[in-house]
Parts: sequence; structure tokens; C-alpha cells
Amino acid sequence: MPSSNLKISGLCKLYGDFVALAPTDLDVAQGEFLTLLGPSGSGKTTLLSLIAGLTVPDGGQMLINGVDVTYGAPYERDIGMVFQNYALFPHMTIEDNIAFPLKMRKMDHATTRRRAAEALEMVRLPQLGKRFPRELSGGQQQRIALARCLVYRPSIILMDEPLGALDKKLRDQMQLEIKRIHRELGTTIVYVTHDQEEAMTMSDRICLMNGGKIEQLGTPSDLYFRPRSLFVADFLGESNLFEGIVAHVDGDSVEVDLVHGHTRIGAKSNGAALSAGSRVRVMVRPQNLSLYAGTAEGEGLRGKVLDSMITGSLTKLYVESAGAEPIVVSYPTAWPSDRYAVGQGVRLQWHPADAVAVPE
Amino acid sequence: MLTLAAAPRAWIRPVLLGAPLTLLLLVMLVYPVGQLLLLSVYSGGAFTLGKYQQLFASSVYANVMLITLKISLWTTLLAVICGYPVAYLISSLQKEKKTSWIFWVLLSFWTSFLIRSFAWIVMLGRNGVVNQLLTATGLQDTPSNLLYSLGAVLVGMVHALMPLAVLTMLSVMENIDRTLPRAALTLGARPGTAFWRVYFPLSMPGVAAGAIMVFVTAIGFFIVPSLLGGRREIMITQLIIEQVQQTMNWGFAGAISVLLLIVVLAVFAIYDKVLGLSTMTGASSDRNKPAASDGLLHRVGDAILGLLGSATDKLLALFPRSRRETQPGLSIPMRSFVLLVLFFLSVPALLMIPLSFAGKSGLNWPPVGFSLRHYLDLFASPLWMQAALRSLVVGFGAAVFAMLVGTPAAFLLVRSKWRGKSLMLAFVLSPIIIPRMIIAVGMFYFFSKIGLVGTSFGLMLGHTVVAAPYVVMTMMAVLRNYDTRLDLAAQSLGARPWQTLRYVTFPILAAGLMSSFLFAFATSFDELTIALFATGGMSSTLPKQFWDEVTLQISPVIAAVSTCLFVFVAALIWIADRLRRASMAR
Repeated sequence: MPSSNLKISGLCKLYGDFVALAPTDLDVAQGEFLTLLGPSGSGKTTLLSLIAGLTVPDGGQMLINGVDVTYGAPYERDIGMVFQNYALFPHMTIEDNIAFPLKMRKMDHATTRRRAAEALEMVRLPQLGKRFPRELSGGQQQRIALARCLVYRPSIILMDEPLGALDKKLRDQMQLEIKRIHRELGTTIVYVTHDQEEAMTMSDRICLMNGGKIEQLGTPSDLYFRPRSLFVADFLGESNLFEGIVAHVDGDSVEVDLVHGHTRIGAKSNGAALSAGSRVRVMVRPQNLSLYAGTAEGEGLRGKVLDSMITGSLTKLYVESAGAEPIVVSYPTAWPSDRYAVGQGVRLQWHPADAVAVPE
Repeated sequence: MLTLAAAPRAWIRPVLLGAPLTLLLLVMLVYPVGQLLLLSVYSGGAFTLGKYQQLFASSVYANVMLITLKISLWTTLLAVICGYPVAYLISSLQKEKKTSWIFWVLLSFWTSFLIRSFAWIVMLGRNGVVNQLLTATGLQDTPSNLLYSLGAVLVGMVHALMPLAVLTMLSVMENIDRTLPRAALTLGARPGTAFWRVYFPLSMPGVAAGAIMVFVTAIGFFIVPSLLGGRREIMITQLIIEQVQQTMNWGFAGAISVLLLIVVLAVFAIYDKVLGLSTMTGASSDRNKPAASDGLLHRVGDAILGLLGSATDKLLALFPRSRRETQPGLSIPMRSFVLLVLFFLSVPALLMIPLSFAGKSGLNWPPVGFSLRHYLDLFASPLWMQAALRSLVVGFGAAVFAMLVGTPAAFLLVRSKWRGKSLMLAFVLSPIIIPRMIIAVGMFYFFSKIGLVGTSFGLMLGHTVVAAPYVVMTMMAVLRNYDTRLDLAAQSLGARPWQTLRYVTFPILAAGLMSSFLFAFATSFDELTIALFATGGMSSTLPKQFWDEVTLQISPVIAAVSTCLFVFVAALIWIADRLRRASMAR
């Protein structure tokens, strides 16, 4: 593992009685792309502004490159920040905006100009130096905000929902752009978003937060396929959550009696301490369900097709089954698209390795 | 055929909306002021520059103009510099706290210039608070003459006009994105540098607007210099009063007015050239593009801001940095300075309260004993009671008129697009731009011709002219925030235009309408300049009665009047705030 760039231990922040951030530990490695993901009010922005030094913590410690900066001012930290609304200085040209951090570092005029030009080159907008921020489109402003951060080569770049104001197409394009720059420069990036798809696309690791605490920290596929709590299973992507009671535990594997459907199924416990009799939810992703026409013999749940819709590359099918919430099944869209009729009886099956039991 | 039927309506509507105010201004402003200005070059039906030769022949008038400019400049400078931290601090406060801090600024803003000047007479007098304090602390042995000096005038003027500066700057600062200085911090700027290089340049339009408002008001002031100044602090408007009241020399009064008007228009022209006048009504100017970044001026400015920044940072480095502080500039010294300024703004009027209840100490400090004598005197006086009644009636009438002509004009200026709109706006705002004294003298001349002098109706019309621009400005700000799709929604649901106004538009705008009404009422209620000539004796308004009493003698009854007015104004502000909150809660 590469050396740690940002090390946080026991950091916390209170506003009166409200716990904005419970004591939190976090290690970010050199060159890593870490995303803080969570619903609004989950503490992700608080954590980011604590790292930036814009908020003063109530306890804990923070090291950047081994230096204690817990109570340091923002300008004493080796960080750069891209704000949600870009925070470009409206009274300065693009060039002056980008030169600003270099000026603050008392760099000579020639170097400043050269570095500013390089940064504009980096974000592929070399011709815009003389313009003012309001003359630029949202996407261009976003790139300039990034260039203003890149120009002084901070060891950590913090980004606060930088793509929130852009439309979907531009957002996809900027995601690739940010990934490219991250790859080329190898800077550590701490990224805040509430868009789970964006988090999955971009991150080396995702730190999923809820109620001022870290719920789970891991790679995107860890979080997606091996959630450790109901919150994580529910928050990230679409999922079916079957209510059940643990019948038998065998190491990492458990057997669960589903509350609806009177079926015993196998699932993974994913390290959670489960014992026989405890209530759980079994999570199965829609694309991991196999669908069979007819309700003839065989394992699995039986149900009736409620609705079927094409969402693009995937077709979604909603299945009603034994009093539980409708089950979602998805499979690649193919011609002819109306393979299942509404009201048709179907049987659903899945592999025990694709099912995860999480404590309720 | 359908388009033919619709065509006439397209131009009738804007004309109907704009006509009342335009007519009012043409008859009550353009014609009288034009007449006055013409009187300065016509004598006995022939063109002559005699009045101007007289004006420049003696150095007296040029000197008075210079003194006026000097006092106005100093007032502007002091009001803006002291007001800036106040506006800065208030703009950065949380909502709840903000309201209570603004209250003190508003209270001072709405308290009559007369009351505040009177308070300074009392405070700076030989037995006043200031002298008592200086003697008690051993800074002087015997009371000194503080009144009737340049210092007294400046204190009075700055006190009178700082609230205006604060409120104007505040409206710009409220719109500055607070993440910008924070962004500067993350980019490596120290707090002082972040302030001077990022926040300060962005607040410049507010400073400029505040400065011009103060300067133009100061240049037409006569209350403070008359009451607090000596012979060496006579200002230009005092000369106009003298010409009209003592010698009835209309032509010469007109000539002085021209001189004053030229100075004021020149100031506005420069302002418009640099920043654009539209910035004053809160609309973002399309001309506020900063100068080219390679210009000499730009580099000089840049260097100065850089120096100020590093100087501030060095200064800040002397203080130990507290762990708590995250927002630069909200430190203890800053807060204490702002509190001191607010104290300076509020105390004089508040001191009137204990003095008005004093027994037999007159207006000396500290008050001795307690009595309601002055209040009984006040309520027994037919002069004061008549004046109060007349002020209420005139204020109410003027506010109603101003709403009737101002609101449609605001609709026209916000809801439609046409060439010449900015010209119309300048015309509508001209009663604020033209020094009040010129309007007042022009109206007096006009009124005397048609027999309106001394009538409530004439005064109402006069006050409507000066109150209407405030109604237009307030309503324009309110209408800009109004979502016109709500009207369309109502109409799509079957409401006719009148029903749309009755059930959707007006209920939503109720708070805005109410505050414009209060604004207009307060403007008339506090108006002295027009009332100075157009009323007298039993037809006086409160300010006129106040003025007559104060210039004759300083009596404790006036402290009682001040207290009553002060309480009245505080109640008005409180009601306005309640209304605003009630409308927001909906």
C-alpha cells in the first residue's frame, strides 16, 4: 500500500446538540480517488470542509503528508478545493483567476504566466484566458475551477459536488475528463457527491456516509455486492430486500427462512455477526435474478408479472409475489421485447453467492 | 383581423400605466423647476445673465459652494468608511441576528434629521452630555464650546447620513457570494489578502452607490448646518432659503439652484460613466465589466490591494489566532468597532427620552426629577396638535397618491421591454436626484401663482412627487421577484385579468405594497423642505412646527415631541417587519 496522504483519526464536529460528524477515522492513500457519498445531511460536506480547514473541528486529529493540520488555516494546508458553484472570482479574468494561487505563493511573473498557460492547456481551454467567468458556460467554468486548483499542484484536491449544476451529458463528459487528469497527474482526490452512479464510475474507494458516520468504506464493487448494512444495500443501486429469519449459520454462509413465500434460501453473511433466529434482509440485485416462464416445479419464488418496461439497455419486470413488495428483475433488452405478458405466472431463482444477508 | 383588433391594446396598456406618474412629474416637477431655472436668465421678459454675474462677482457664493463641497466630501468619506464595517458585519450574520442589528440602523435611518440634529444640540451644549463627560474624566477643566463649529456640523451630518450609506452598501454585500473569500483561503491567500483582493473589489459597487447617495444628499442639506453650524459652515441651500424667505429674489434663488444642480448632475454623470446608473436600483449592470487587465490603472490598483492585504495580514499576525474563528474579519475588535458605531447612531435619539421626563433641569445633563409637564404642555398646545393632525393627513394622502401613480409605473418598468426604458427610469427617479431644495422653491413659486400655498392638498401633491420614486423603487424590487407564471396559471384556470389581480397578484404582493405605502408615508411625514415654504402658522406640519420652534429656542417640550416621534417610528418599523415576516411565513 502506498504511503498515506491524509490521515484522520477521531475527527468530529458538533453544532450545538446536532452531531454533524461523529468521531471518524479515515486514511487516504497517495494518488487515490476517494469519494464521500451519502444523502444530504450525512456529514460528507462537513468532513470535506474540515479537511479544507474551512470548519474548525471539535476534536480529533488530522495529518496531511504527516504534518498535523487539525487546527491549521486553509492557506497553510497543501490542498486545493473545487467548490460546488465553482467560486471563480467574477472581477478577475480567467487568467488572473488561475494565476491567483501562484501570486499568493509569490511566484515570479514569467513562471506564473507559463504555469497558468499550462493549466489552461491541461483542461483544454487555452484560448479563454482573457475572458471573464460570466462569459463562460457552466462546463467551461467547471474546467477553469479545476485548472485553478491544478496550477499550484496541491497534494490533495477536494471537490464538493463539482458536477451538480451540469446537465447529464456534460456531466458524463466531465467525469471522464476528471478521471483523465487524475490519471495524468496522480494527485489525491477527495470527491463529494450524492450521485451514486458518479461515485461508482469515478472512485477507487467510496466512503458511504449516513447520519454523520461512515456506514461502509470500500471499493465500488465491495459496496455494491457486499453491503454490510441495510442502509448500504438500499442506497447503492436498485435492490430486492427480502425479509427473513436466520435458520442456520455456517461460517460465511447462512440459510434464511423468508417471511413471505415460505422458502428457505442460501445467502452470504459478509462478515456480519448473525446467529440463528435473528431478523435479516436478504439482498439480491435485479440482474442476478433468473426468470422462468410458468409456475411449474423447481426451486425459487413464484409470482405474477405486474408490469414490464424498457428503460434502455435493460428491461425491467415487476413481479408480485406472496404479499411482499414487488420484486424487480432486470435483463438486457432484446427483440422481441414483450416476452412476458402482464399477469403471466413466473418463477424466480438466484445463486446463493449473489444473495447477501444484512442485519435489519 | 384578429391582429388588428389586438394592435391598439398593445400600446394603450403601457401608456395607461405610465401616464399618471409622468403627468404628475411634468406638472409638479418639470414645469415648476423649469420656471425657476428660467427665472435665473429672464428678467422683465428679457434674457440676461445678470444674476450669474452677481453670483460670481463676489467671492461669497463661490466660497459657500466650496464649503458645501468640503463638508459633503468629508461627510461622504467618514460615513462610508465607518459604515463599511457595519454593513460588512451585518451582511455576514445569521438571519435572526441580522434582523435585530439592522433594526438599530433602520431606527436611526427613519428617525427625523430634525430630531437627530436637535439631539446633538442638546448633547454638544455647554451643559450637555459630551461636555459633562469630558469634564468628569478630567480631559478638560471647564465646559468648552462644541456647538456651531465644523466639527459639530460633521458629527451631525455623518450621524444623519451614515444609515443611508450602511443600507446602500448592505444591499450590495448581501449579494456577494461568501464562498469566494473562502475559496481564496483554500488557494493560499491569508485572510487580509483574501479580503482586499477578493471581497473588497466585489463590494466596490456598493461603496460607490453609498458614496453618491450620501454625497448628493449632503450637498443639499440645510438642517444640520443651520442648527449645528456657525457662520463659517453655511451651505448652499441655506443661501437659497435666505433668498426666498428674506428677499423674495426668485431669479437669484434660481441662479444658485442652477449652480447646485450642475454640481449634482456632474456627479451623477461621472457615476454613470464609471458604473452605470442602473446598478442603483439593484439590477445588475451590463456595463460593470472591469477595465482591461493590462491597463496602468489596473496594475496600480492591484499593487495597492496587494499592499493593503499584506499589511492587514501582518497586523492580524500580531494577534494570537483563536481556534474558534473561521470567518476572517469577525473578530472581537471588529465587533466592538461596529457596536461603537451603532451606539453612536442610536444614543442621541435615545437620550431624548430621559430628558423629556426631566423635572426642572431643562435640557441639562443629567436630568433631575421626574415630571410629565412637557408632555402636558405639548398636548395642550393647539399648534403642535394641529401640526400632528395635518402631518398624518398629508402623509396618508401623499402615500395613497404615490401608490396610485407609482405602482402602475413600476409594473410598466419591470414587465415590459422597450427602448427608452432607462430614460423613463431616470425621469421617474429624478425627484430623488434633483436636490430637494430646488424642487421646493420651484413648487413654492408655482403654488403661489395658483393659490395652493398653505393648503393640505398642495402639500399632498408636492409630497407625492418626492414619495413616488420610492414607491417605484420598492415595487420594482418586489415585482422582479414575482413569478409571472402564477398570473398565467391563474388565467389558464379561467381568471379574467381583473380577477387575476384581485385573487393572485395583489395578495402575493401585499407585503410589498404595504412596505411601499409605509415608505411613502414616512417620506411625507418627515418632509421639511417643501413644507418649509408651502406651509406656515396653523397650517404647519410637524417637521415645520419642529423647525420653527428649534430655530427660535431650545425647549424641553421638543424633547417630548422627539420622544413621541421616535416611538412612532419604532412602531412603524416593527409593524413593517411583522408584515414582512407574516408574508414570508405563508
